[in-house]
Amino acid sequence: MGIMKRMKSKFSFLKKLFKKRRARIGIYGPPNAGKTTLANRIIRDWTGDAMGSVSKIPHETRRARRREGVTINSNGSSVTLDVIDTPGLATKIDFHDFMELGMNEEESKRRAKEATEGVIEAVKWLDDLDGVILVMDATEDPYTQVNVTVIGNMEARKLPLLIVANKIDLPESSPARIHGAFPQHPLVSISALEGQNIDLLYQEIADHFG
Amino acid sequence: MLMKGIQMDLISEDKLDGMTSMEKVRLILDEVKNGKILVLEKGLTPSEQNKLIELTMVEITPDNFSGIEIESYPVKHGNRLLDKLLGKTSLRTRLTVIGPADQLKTIKKDRDMISALVSAQ
Ligand SMILES: Nc1nc2c(ncn2[C@@H]2O[C@H](COP(=O)(O)OP(=O)(O)OP(=O)(O)O)[C@@H](O)[C@H]2O)c(=O)[nH]1
Ligand SMILES: [Mg+2]
Repeated sequence: MGIMKRMKSKFSFLKKLFKKRRARIGIYGPPNAGKTTLANRIIRDWTGDAMGSVSKIPHETRRARRREGVTINSNGSSVTLDVIDTPGLATKIDFHDFMELGMNEEESKRRAKEATEGVIEAVKWLDDLDGVILVMDATEDPYTQVNVTVIGNMEARKLPLLIVANKIDLPESSPARIHGAFPQHPLVSISALEGQNIDLLYQEIADHFG
Repeated sequence: MLMKGIQMDLISEDKLDGMTSMEKVRLILDEVKNGKILVLEKGLTPSEQNKLIELTMVEITPDNFSGIEIESYPVKHGNRLLDKLLGKTSLRTRLTVIGPADQLKTIKKDRDMISALVSAQ
């Protein structure tokens, strides 16, 4: 045990003593990236509950959901977070897309309307966070405005950001492309669905948001 | 013969610098809703991007407007020695292309090139 480690534990003790509230971490990303799948896994692993419903149809989450007091332990360090699962961010929403996925016109229009409200809610939440986990589907192009905007917001506020390259169970996934796009930010490659590298993610969460 | 086409406006950094955030967002949405493609010499700040996304969502209607396509490059981090010495971090936003979602489609994008397809309606 070096002096640094002792100082660190002393510091975290003081930090806990004076901390006004737990770190609020938002899970962000484009629709369908796997945000709720990841939120469910985190909440299930550390509290035993679930967060919300998952669907292959985009904009499944249309209201932000907060789960308070999730304590994550990794390699001897422990961090307690409020986790917010947010609606997928987008710059366009066309109800015809939902019809193509088999919904009727009325349902599709309602989903589109709720989805626009969800995007606004997700953007507003950015003002009230202490850090962000940005989830990207590693089979998709990472250079999107949504990703650029979330990263820009965190950089401007000097808040910690962790990029998750999700869906690495799929053969066409390319976490390297995501790293190439945003090389200045830490990145963890996982499968939220199958659990690959999830321990690595918990370690990064404890390191960056502790 | 009447030329049918798509209007494209290139807006200079000087003009953008003289506008407030709300003026920029309003201009972009008004032009794009009229079917124009805009190229901004200098991009929007993160908070202006937030405003643009929020207002776009408010203005989406089932049969007229399905949103925007917007592409820019990641913010450039200033590495001027002077800024570093002064403890400043300069974030520089960059060239941005914006158009109606149903007419502008990004085909390919990487760190240094945006390739887009524009279609007449
Ligand atoms: N193959 C694979 N599929 C995944 C993974 N994570 C999520 N999915 C699937 O991707 C789809 C979308 O997952 P969600 O968790 O609902 O995505 P979301 O980001 O919350 O989506 P919205 O709430 O609509 O913004 C579902 O069909 C999931 O089963 C993964 O790691 N691998
Ligand atoms: Mg979701």
